[in-house]
Amino acid sequence: MRDLWSGPVHYTIQGVGVRAGRWSSPGHGQVKVTPVATQTLTVHQRAARSTVALKVLMAVTGIFLILFLLMHAWGNLKAFFGPEAYDHYAEWLKSDILYPLVPKGWFIWIFRVFLVACIVGHMASAYVLTLRSRAARGSYQRKDRRAQTFSARTMRWGGIILLMLLLFHLGQFTLKWFLTGFTASSTPYESVVLTFQQWYMVLLYALFVGTVCIHIRHGIWSALTTLGANTSRVARRNLNVTAIAVSALLFVGFMVMPVAVLFGGIK
Amino acid sequence: MTTIAPAKKADATLADPALAYYRLGDEISDSKAPDVDIDKMWKTRQFEAKLVNPANRRKLTVIIVGTGLAGGAAAATLGEAGYNVLNFCYQDSPRRAHSIAAQGGINAAKNYRNDNDSTQRLFYDTVKGGDYRSRETNVYRLAEVSANIIDQCVAQGVPFAREYGGLLDTRSFGGVQVQRTFYARGQTGQQLLIGAYQALERQIAAGTVTMYARHEMVELIVADGKARGIVTRNMVTGAIESWFADAVVLATGGYGNVFFLSTNAMGCNVTATWRAHRKGAYFGNPCYTQIHPTCIPVHGETQSKLTLMSESLRNDGRIWVPKKAEDCSKDPRLIPEEDRDYYLERIYPAFGNLVPRDIASRQAKNMCDEGRGVGPAITEKDLDGNVREVRRGVYLDFSDAINRLGKKAVESRYGNLFDMYLQITGDNPYETPMRIYPAVHYTMGGLWVDYDLQSSIPGLYVCGEANFSDHGANRLGASALMQGLADGYFVLPNTINDYLANGPFSKIDATHPAAVEALESVKGRIDTLLGVKGERSVDSFHKELGSIMWEYCGMERTAEGLQIAIDRIRALREEFWSNVRVTGVNEDFNQALERAGRVADFLELGELMCIDALHRRESCGGHFRAESQTADGEALRHDDEFAYVAAWEYGAEEGPVLHKEPLVYKFIELKQRSYK
Amino acid sequence: MKITLNIWRQANAKAEGRLERYMLDGVSEDMSFLETLDLLNEQLTAENQEPVAFDHDCREGICGMCGVVINGAPHGRYSSSVPTTTCQLHMRSFADGAEITVEPWRAGGFPLIKDLVVDRSAFDRIIQAGGFISVNTGSAPEAHATPAPKLEADRAFDNATCIGCGACVAACPNGSAMLFTAAKITHLAMLPQGQPERYSRVKSMIAQHDAEGFGGCTNIGECASVCPKQIPLESIAQLNRDLMKSLFRREGK
Repeated sequence: MRDLWSGPVHYTIQGVGVRAGRWSSPGHGQVKVTPVATQTLTVHQRAARSTVALKVLMAVTGIFLILFLLMHAWGNLKAFFGPEAYDHYAEWLKSDILYPLVPKGWFIWIFRVFLVACIVGHMASAYVLTLRSRAARGSYQRKDRRAQTFSARTMRWGGIILLMLLLFHLGQFTLKWFLTGFTASSTPYESVVLTFQQWYMVLLYALFVGTVCIHIRHGIWSALTTLGANTSRVARRNLNVTAIAVSALLFVGFMVMPVAVLFGGIK
Repeated sequence: MTTIAPAKKADATLADPALAYYRLGDEISDSKAPDVDIDKMWKTRQFEAKLVNPANRRKLTVIIVGTGLAGGAAAATLGEAGYNVLNFCYQDSPRRAHSIAAQGGINAAKNYRNDNDSTQRLFYDTVKGGDYRSRETNVYRLAEVSANIIDQCVAQGVPFAREYGGLLDTRSFGGVQVQRTFYARGQTGQQLLIGAYQALERQIAAGTVTMYARHEMVELIVADGKARGIVTRNMVTGAIESWFADAVVLATGGYGNVFFLSTNAMGCNVTATWRAHRKGAYFGNPCYTQIHPTCIPVHGETQSKLTLMSESLRNDGRIWVPKKAEDCSKDPRLIPEEDRDYYLERIYPAFGNLVPRDIASRQAKNMCDEGRGVGPAITEKDLDGNVREVRRGVYLDFSDAINRLGKKAVESRYGNLFDMYLQITGDNPYETPMRIYPAVHYTMGGLWVDYDLQSSIPGLYVCGEANFSDHGANRLGASALMQGLADGYFVLPNTINDYLANGPFSKIDATHPAAVEALESVKGRIDTLLGVKGERSVDSFHKELGSIMWEYCGMERTAEGLQIAIDRIRALREEFWSNVRVTGVNEDFNQALERAGRVADFLELGELMCIDALHRRESCGGHFRAESQTADGEALRHDDEFAYVAAWEYGAEEGPVLHKEPLVYKFIELKQRSYK
Repeated sequence: MKITLNIWRQANAKAEGRLERYMLDGVSEDMSFLETLDLLNEQLTAENQEPVAFDHDCREGICGMCGVVINGAPHGRYSSSVPTTTCQLHMRSFADGAEITVEPWRAGGFPLIKDLVVDRSAFDRIIQAGGFISVNTGSAPEAHATPAPKLEADRAFDNATCIGCGACVAACPNGSAMLFTAAKITHLAMLPQGQPERYSRVKSMIAQHDAEGFGGCTNIGECASVCPKQIPLESIAQLNRDLMKSLFRREGK
C-alpha cells in the first residue's frame, strides 16, 4: 500500500475536480487523471459539476427507468388476455401512441431515444462516481461494515450484469438475434410463450428480474434520498418500505407471466 | 468606597518557611486601568488607547499561540480588524483546543430571568467566588462585556438551548443564586469553540490569518526588550522555525497537567507560558488551582486522565457518604436513609449541594480522609511513611430526583452525562448512585498581566486561562468560557492597538542575536533530551511529578508537605535530565519528544507552584493551607498580609523573585466567605 | 487480561506499511483503548523500540482528535454497545485473550502521516469554504432580537455536535465526507442567522468537498452508523435539497 500524495495540485477525473494523490492498492485500477484548471470555474459551476449534482442526475434517470419498468411489467400482463390482446398491445406500442399528435411510429423512437439517454446518463454518472470512489476510499486489512445492505454493496457490479442481461433481452425479443425457441417471423405472443416454455429461460429471467429488483431496492431509497426525501427517521423507514414494496411488486409483476407460461397457465 | 475590612491577624507563629526559596522584589501595580469610577473605566480605557489606522493594520503582524476560546476569538477578531495574524496550535486543527471540553455553560449578566441580575451582581459574585483575590477592575470589565459575548455567539450560529418561544434558556450554576448561565446541552464549550473556530476559518479563507497547526511553540523571542517572535517545532517534520511579529499573544490555556492526572487534554502544557516566564514574564499566583468536585474517580495505575461531569449534576443529585465507616463497602442501595450523611446539606444548609467548587471538593476529601469514602480501597502512604487503605469517592445520588421528577425528566436533563458515566465505569447511574471524586480542573494562576492583558514583557499579551486571570483564588462555574471569550473577542482587540500604534517596530529576522540565541537554545535542548538515552520513560517522570503535586500541593497544603515536595521535585528534575529515555529522532513525528519537552517545563513549574503555596500562609479559594482554618474547618484568609497578587519573576539558580501587586478593593467590601 | 494487537506501522507517507503483532499483558477492563496503547508504548519504550504514533487529546470524546479503525470499524464501533470515540471505548468491550486489529483512517482525502496518524486538514478547508456565518466581532445584534424556533434550533444543535473526527470518511466505501459536510450545512441552515448565506454556502462547501478528493455519497449509511455523535443520515438529504435549490439561484455564478 502506498500513498501518492503529491501536493495541492488540482486534477480532474472526467470533469470532476479531485486532488491528486491517494491510496492505490492491488485490485484498484490506477485512476487516470489529467490536470485541468478547475480554478477558473465559478463556485456555481463547480457545484453544478459536483458529486451531488451527478447523483441527482443518476437519481432522476434511475427513477425514469423504474417508472418504465413498472409500465413494462403492467403491459406484460396482457399475455393473460390471449394472443390478440397481447399482439395488439405490442403493435400499439410501436405505432399508435400519441397518434395523431405525432405521426404513426414516431413515439416509440422518441421513447427509445429517451430511455437510452437515461441509461447513458445513469451509467456515465455511475462511472464517474465509481472512479472517484475508488480513488477516495481506503483499503483496509480488516473491514466490518454493517450498515450497508447486500443491495447497496452490489450496485456497481449488479449494474454491469444488468446491462449485459438487458442487451441479451433486446437481442432476443426486439432485434431477434437470439432465437430461443421461436422464429424470426413469430408474433410477439408466440415468441414469449415459446421462450418461457423452457424452464431455463424462466430461471434466467428470474435471475434477471431478481438482479433488477436487488438493484432498485437500494436504487429507489438512494434516489429519493438524493432528491432530499429522507427528512426524518420516519421518512427513512417509509422510503425503505417503499423501496422494498416496489421491488417486490416488480418481481411479481414480471415473473407471474413466465411462470404461468411454464406451468401451462398461458398457452 | 469602603476600606479594607479588618481581617484576622495571621498567626504570628506562622513565620514564612518559603523565605529560603525566594527573594522579595519590588511591589508592582497595574498602571493601565484609568483612575475613574469602575463603571466608566473600560470605556475610558478604550477611548484613551492609541489607535492604528485601518490602512496600516496589515503592515502589523501579530502572532497568536493557541486556538481555544481566547486564542481563536482573538485571531478571528484581529484578522477582521485587518492585522496580519499568524496563529499556531499543537493540535491537528484549531477546532481541537480544549475549550471544547467545557460542559456546563457561560455566564452573562443579561438578566433575561428578571431575577435581580446585573453587571454589578456578576462582578460581585465573581469577586466573592474568587475569595477576594482577583483584581476588581478586570472583573468588572468581564461582567460588563459578558452580555456582548452572548450576542456575538448567537449571531455566529451557536445553538444555545432555547425555550419554545424561540428565546434563550438559562440555568443556575454553583455558587450563585441567579439563573444567568446560558448553555448548549452539556456541550457549551464545544459549541462556543466551534463558533470561534468558524470565525477563525473565515479569516483564514480571507487571508488575514495564516494558520499553522501541529506547530508547538517552544521558545519566545525577546529582542531589545520587546516580545518579537516565537520559535516553533513542526510536529510532523521536526523543523525548528522562527517567526517574527510586532506583538505576541499567548492563549495557551492552563497548566493542570502538572498533576499528570487532570481533566485537561493530554496535550495541555505549560511550555509556552513557562518559556515566556523564563524570558522575563511574571507568573501570577501559580499555586491557585481549581479542583473540580464532580469527576469520575481514578480506576487504577494506568489511568491517563480524568473525566469531569458537569457541575450541573449537583442541581438535582445529592451528595452523601455512609455515616458509619463499616457501611462503606456495602451496596449503597442497602444503606438506610438514617445511616447516610448528606454532608454538604448538613454543613451548608443555605447552599447545600450547590456550594462553590473549592468547598465541595475539600469536603469530599475530608469525608474520605475520615474513612467514610466509598468505592474500591486503595493503598496510600502519608508523610511519615504510614500506609493505610482509603476509599476515594463519595456518592452522587439521583434516586430522589428520579422519584420526584421521573426517570424521563432526569434523562432529558442529564442523559448524556449518565451515558458517559456508564460508558467509563460500567455502572448504571439510574440504578446505583454515581461515585465521584475531585480532580484538578482549572488553574487560576498564569502569566501576570495588566488591565490591557499585557504581561511584564512589552508586546507580550496573555489571554484566557493562560493569564493569572479574573478568577482570583477560585473560579465560579461557567466563568471560564466567559473570560476566554471576553479576552479574545472584546478586551485584547481593544487594548493591543495601544501597543501596536507604536509600530511597526524595527525589522527583525533570523539573524538578530536574540533570534539566533532562541533557535540555538531550542535545538540544544532537544539534542540534550534525545542524548540522555536513560532508562526511564517520559511518562514515568510525569506520573511521579503528578503524584508529588497531588499529594502535597493538591486540595490541602501544609508547610511541611510543600517543603518535602520541593526537595522531591528537585531530585526528580535532576534524575530526569540524566535518566530520561526519549526514543526516535527530532526530524520525525515524535510524540515522546513532544512530551519530554513539556514534562521538562512542568518539572520547573511544579517547584514554583510549591514555593508560591508555601509562601501564602493563608487559605483562600482553591488554596487551602491546613495551618490556616477556622475552628470548624473552613478556609481562613489573612487579608492584612496576603491581599496581593504574587507575581513571580524567574530567578534561575538563585530562586524566583516575588513581586507583590497589592489588591485594592474600592467597590467591594472584603468579607470572610460564607455559604452556610 | 491479555490481548494481542495487530497495529498498522508505517514510518511516513512514502514508506511501506504493515501490520505488526504485539502481545500485551496486564490490561484491565476499566482501561480505555488509548490507555492500552499507552501501556503498549511504555512497553515498547522499555524495549527501546519506537512507540506507536496515534493522535489523541481530550480523551473525553469531544475534541475529535483521536480515531483509529478497530477490528474493521472506525472507533471500534461494533465492539461497543453504544456509539463511541476511540478514547471512550473501554477494554471491558473485549474478551480476555482477544486479538484486535488497529488501522489508521484510510481515505484519499486523509493522507497518512505516520502509523495511525493521518492528515485531516481537508476538513478545515471545507469549513473555510463557507462553513460559517459572516459576522464580525462587535456587529452582532441583541441575542433576543431574532427568536429561533425551538424544533429547528434543536435540529441545528444535533448537527452542531459533530466533532470532525473523520470516522464517517473512514467508514465510507466511497471515501466520502458528505456526513461531515452535511452536518455543518444543516446546523447553519436550521438557524435564522444562517439564512443569508445558506445557498452560497452549500455550493462552495460541496465544491471544496469534491476538490479535496472525497468520494460521492451513495446513501449506504456506514457513516451515520459509526458516528460517535450520531449525526443522522437525514442531514445528507438536507444538503442535497439545499444544493438542488441553490443551483436555481444566482449566488456564486
